[in-house]
Amino acid sequence: MSNSSVDDLVEAGSEYHAGFVTDVESETLPPGLDESVVRYISAQKKEPDWLTEWRLKAFAQWQEMREPKWAHVHYPPINFQDISYYSAPKSQTDGPRSLDEVDPELLRTYEKLGIPLHEQAALAGVVPDPAAIGSPAGANVAVDVVFDSVSIATTFKETLAEAGVIFCPISEAVHSHPELVQKYLGSVIPQRDNYYAALNSAVFSDGSFVYIPKGVRCPMELSTYFRINERNTGQFERTLIIADEGSHVSYLEGCTAPMRDENQLHAAVVELVAMGDAQIKYSTVQNWYPGDENGKGGIYNFVTKRGLCAGPRAKISWTQVETGSAITWKYPSVVLRGDDSVGEFYSVALTNNRQQADTGTKMIHMGKNTKSTIVSKGISAGGSENCYRGLVRISPTAHNARNFTQCDSLLIGDRCGAHTFPYIENKNNSATIEHEASTSKVSDDQLFACQQRGIETEQAVSMIVNGFCKEVFRELPMEFAVEAGKLLEVSLEGAVG
Amino acid sequence: MSLLNVSDLHASVVTDDGAQPILKGLTLEVKPGEVHAIMGPNGSGKSTLANVLSGRPGYTVNSGTATLDGQGLLELEPFERAQLGLFLAFQYPVEIPGVSNMEFLKASIDSLARARGEEQPNTATFMKQVRELAGSLDLDPAFLKRGVNEGFSGGEKKRNEIMQLLLLQPKLALLDETDSGLDIDALKVVAEGVNRYRSAENGVVLITHYQRLLDYIVPDFVHVLSHGKIIESGDKTLALELEAKGYAWLT
Repeated sequence: MSNSSVDDLVEAGSEYHAGFVTDVESETLPPGLDESVVRYISAQKKEPDWLTEWRLKAFAQWQEMREPKWAHVHYPPINFQDISYYSAPKSQTDGPRSLDEVDPELLRTYEKLGIPLHEQAALAGVVPDPAAIGSPAGANVAVDVVFDSVSIATTFKETLAEAGVIFCPISEAVHSHPELVQKYLGSVIPQRDNYYAALNSAVFSDGSFVYIPKGVRCPMELSTYFRINERNTGQFERTLIIADEGSHVSYLEGCTAPMRDENQLHAAVVELVAMGDAQIKYSTVQNWYPGDENGKGGIYNFVTKRGLCAGPRAKISWTQVETGSAITWKYPSVVLRGDDSVGEFYSVALTNNRQQADTGTKMIHMGKNTKSTIVSKGISAGGSENCYRGLVRISPTAHNARNFTQCDSLLIGDRCGAHTFPYIENKNNSATIEHEASTSKVSDDQLFACQQRGIETEQAVSMIVNGFCKEVFRELPMEFAVEAGKLLEVSLEGAVG
Repeated sequence: MSLLNVSDLHASVVTDDGAQPILKGLTLEVKPGEVHAIMGPNGSGKSTLANVLSGRPGYTVNSGTATLDGQGLLELEPFERAQLGLFLAFQYPVEIPGVSNMEFLKASIDSLARARGEEQPNTATFMKQVRELAGSLDLDPAFLKRGVNEGFSGGEKKRNEIMQLLLLQPKLALLDETDSGLDIDALKVVAEGVNRYRSAENGVVLITHYQRLLDYIVPDFVHVLSHGKIIESGDKTLALELEAKGYAWLT
């Protein structure tokens, strides 16, 4: 008799659709890291002295620091001298002045990934098949594209400029808006914040810069698309978003990398600053190459993301869908300094095969009546390990602060693990803190109930998992929510069925 | 030609202590248009029969055959059996949080249509049809937006099963103690639904512990299951006899 129970069905073999390599000639620095590499990168970008010094200071600090070992992830030691810290497509050395000047090979790469760089096209994202993208008409998104270490194109610059919005590669902002960059770079995540933030501060190559002026509601979604192409290359991008008083912005981030047998390092830093009454919504769909079913290859995604609610009633909202990477180590956080400010974290983290994720958030309450919400959905399949790690800290000054945390874990099969490490530090007795947690399995009964109505196994699993994630998907911009659902489906391929 | 044909079926349930034989040579034939009631004491194998026919994990078939419309069932995946037209109304309908009823029903009807090479129904028409059906079973249309069986009362869950039966129009319906835990009003709604489903083309196997459901769904045949075999068959009067005398006189 042929039955398909969850246990029988869990087996490896998911397919990664973004795993191709683009054949472009690149200028790649030989592997290795010392002061001269830091100086080289800075010189390559023709940076002002203050920034070179800033990098060197970070490098000096990094050398004195140790890799963090507290996360629930296991991997062989990384040799930081084996990594190349800078790679740029050769054709981009002088930088394209318009989309017409972008190397057609690169344009084709993004077309394959479903990210149209034409300004009339609608949507940036991570679903590999452009036909699969359900994009509502008129939902224009401005895209900044980072290929290995450089930004190769930013779309809709002029439309944005009319609204006074600055959206450009950070390497360009260093020259065009030095006062803003100098003031805010490292203001939320100091150079020596942690090991990987220090490394990033020393060698960051490119990334996006956003400034929304006072009272402006950004006329379109902004998006950055990161891709690692070169072998043995680390990607160290740096994103800085400043929303001035009363402004609004929604920002999307997507990532992919080719399939390679070696592990590659991605150590990004994202800093957000929201002034009084400003709102920043930052959404990520992370689909870095996760390695094969035996855990060979894949990206080490060691990322520091933090937002500062600098003024009253500011709001920062992180939404992430993490399906890729061999290892994810990432805690998008909010520092709630302004009174009545709001921090949110909505997360779906899916691990399959040998993937490991240690992810969560920190909500640091400093202002009065500050409010934070954490909704985390962890899905583990195959032989993967998935951890939620979160900190809620209520400072003595944070009167009437409130936090609500909900952590749900879903297990598929019986070889995977789910772990929850919530930390709560309360120093103010007027605070209200709620924590809910649950762990469940995609049960044989649920699967059978679907199958008994004619629904095939893979579709049934995908439907159950999507249902589990619904609260988070609701927070994503609409185009992204559709993609996130499809991405889960792709990532679960082979987990069951 | 028979619709369901079960012949000398032997099956075990898989437990931690190994396989426990439950069905020990069960034979049953259902022709189109017929309603068969299967009664019997606890542990006689009633639910096992429903589970084995529909392919629920955790059971092993040792020997025997089962066909639906002439096609062998036992070697098929559960979803393939459903696509052939076998429907099981669950004794304990399971909750699927976050998956709305409407979404679930659409996925189901689309899968069935695909398997038969038919066109998938138009979404708007489909939703209208589902809302009407829900109304006819005293289900608040708002429940269609809620997760499948999420927070439903026992009665709502059973009515939901009957709604699916009416919507999907299978060839053969297995109802596994659909009457358990229902008050008399809910029981009437459920029975009415099953009677609406009955036709000259399809068949019903009604698994029940109590005679009271048979006051509302009149069976053509009543079988008594004991120790994994049908030990007595008759018409509806057999059920009344069982009600009066219990099962002991037979076993």
